[in-house]
Amino acid sequence: MSEAAIPVSGEVKFNIQISDELTQNVKPLLHEIKHALENLIENGETSIIDLRSIPLAPGEEDRILNTLGRGEVQAQLDALGLSEVTETRYAGVWVVTHYNDEDNIISRFIEVTTIPVILCSQTEDIMAAYSSLTLDLDESQQTN
Amino acid sequence: MTDRKNNKDKLPAGLDQHEGIHSESGPFEKTLGETLRSQGISRRSFLKFCAATASMMAMSPAMIPKIAHALESARRPSVIWLSFQECTGCTESLTRAHASTIESLIFDSISLDYHHTLQAAAGHAAEEAREAAMEENFGKYLLVVDGSIPLGNPGYSTIAGISNYDMLMETAKGAAAIIAVGTCATYGGIPHADPNPTGAVSVGDIIKDKPIINVPGCPPIPVVITGVLTHFLTFGTIPELDHIGRPKVFYGQSIHDRCYRRPFYDKGLFAETFDDEGARKGWCLYKLGCKGPTTYNACATTKWNNGTSFPIESGHPCLGCSEPDFWDGGGFYKSISMPTENITKTAIYTAAGAAAAGVALGAMNRSKKNSAAAAHSKTTIDDLEK
Repeated sequence: MSEAAIPVSGEVKFNIQISDELTQNVKPLLHEIKHALENLIENGETSIIDLRSIPLAPGEEDRILNTLGRGEVQAQLDALGLSEVTETRYAGVWVVTHYNDEDNIISRFIEVTTIPVILCSQTEDIMAAYSSLTLDLDESQQTN
Repeated sequence: MTDRKNNKDKLPAGLDQHEGIHSESGPFEKTLGETLRSQGISRRSFLKFCAATASMMAMSPAMIPKIAHALESARRPSVIWLSFQECTGCTESLTRAHASTIESLIFDSISLDYHHTLQAAAGHAAEEAREAAMEENFGKYLLVVDGSIPLGNPGYSTIAGISNYDMLMETAKGAAAIIAVGTCATYGGIPHADPNPTGAVSVGDIIKDKPIINVPGCPPIPVVITGVLTHFLTFGTIPELDHIGRPKVFYGQSIHDRCYRRPFYDKGLFAETFDDEGARKGWCLYKLGCKGPTTYNACATTKWNNGTSFPIESGHPCLGCSEPDFWDGGGFYKSISMPTENITKTAIYTAAGAAAAGVALGAMNRSKKNSAAAAHSKTTIDDLEK
């Protein structure tokens, strides 16, 4: 049963006040992103921050994502479930979210890089594609 | 029809040396990467799996390429899973997923040669499968055990007429390592609770000559079980363990230290009952018997049900299920976790030096828990209604 299908009587209020900034981890994280961006500019080094490794209260992850906003690029991958890759309004800062087949988030990263690796075609897949295309052409030649 | 496997000569120079794609090896010789590729899983999907794996194992994201490389070249391990005095909750925890998940991916990638709940074979055929797997993979297979072992009377729990003790001793001989899954296998669990009618003991109480990884929890978080398997596959070694045999990567920090309600604790703001203002505002559940300060597990960050929440987030105190003797800890809702000092006063000190005070309170609570266990204070219906 999907979450939307669960019958709810009356108004539901979550018992945490989002404005409380419970863990105080939002601002330090944004500063960490700033330093990572500085490192990318000066040394060309990429950084990845695992949002699941940081204790965040309900609402705090949304606060971080809202602050970063959305930029020019949004991509979706269909790889063992959906993945969303979004460049934030700060160029070079990407949010990569991996979902499973049931659309549950299994991991979420902030990547500070020119382009996240998961978007690039992988060597092994290129090799398999080359083999496959070669065979398809051979087969069609034999048929003709 | 052209055989796609024999297309090696048509690869461009440089690409034909790559391992994996053209392997002619048999199914049991396949690497994990080959197994996944044969299931139609792309390298990109595999990278996604590795990213999620690094996240669940609390590893630096910089480790993702290394995990990918190591896992791709790892051989499928033979796994023998023995279930003794248990409720099957640990197996349920691992296999409840309805869709392709990280857990199912790694689970599908091992060669699970014996698991009497999951396997189709029964009776003599099942036992023959176990014996064959032991013989073929002697010294290399992983032994997973859930459930405690009764020493009081072998008849309390037998499989195919073999006592749990005998089966464990026989199967452990050729194991490369043993993973004790669930609090029953790791510390005796509920069967071991006072007065322990079956004489239940843990795997570690019996086996002394094999590396044992304890993965406690009632049940353990699924990704913690698969995380340990993944670590073994990735590094070929057992992960770093704490003083009671748990992988530090998952059990290195207390629930309290990683709890998002911790700031309320530091401010001295507590729920006093399950329906007071503090409970509604999501304040700390310490006074309601939360065992977070003395419990080491990954619930607060990894969470349950595909990362949805964990008990404290749902408004219930931590029961401490990954700790030894949690069932005899003095009652889930009682003052076992309540310091004798005035809590507000304690909290003021905590605000000034949270870490030190937290350690001190943890020690105090552990001491109280041990005392309660010794006195075996039973939880009554009245306690639950308080």
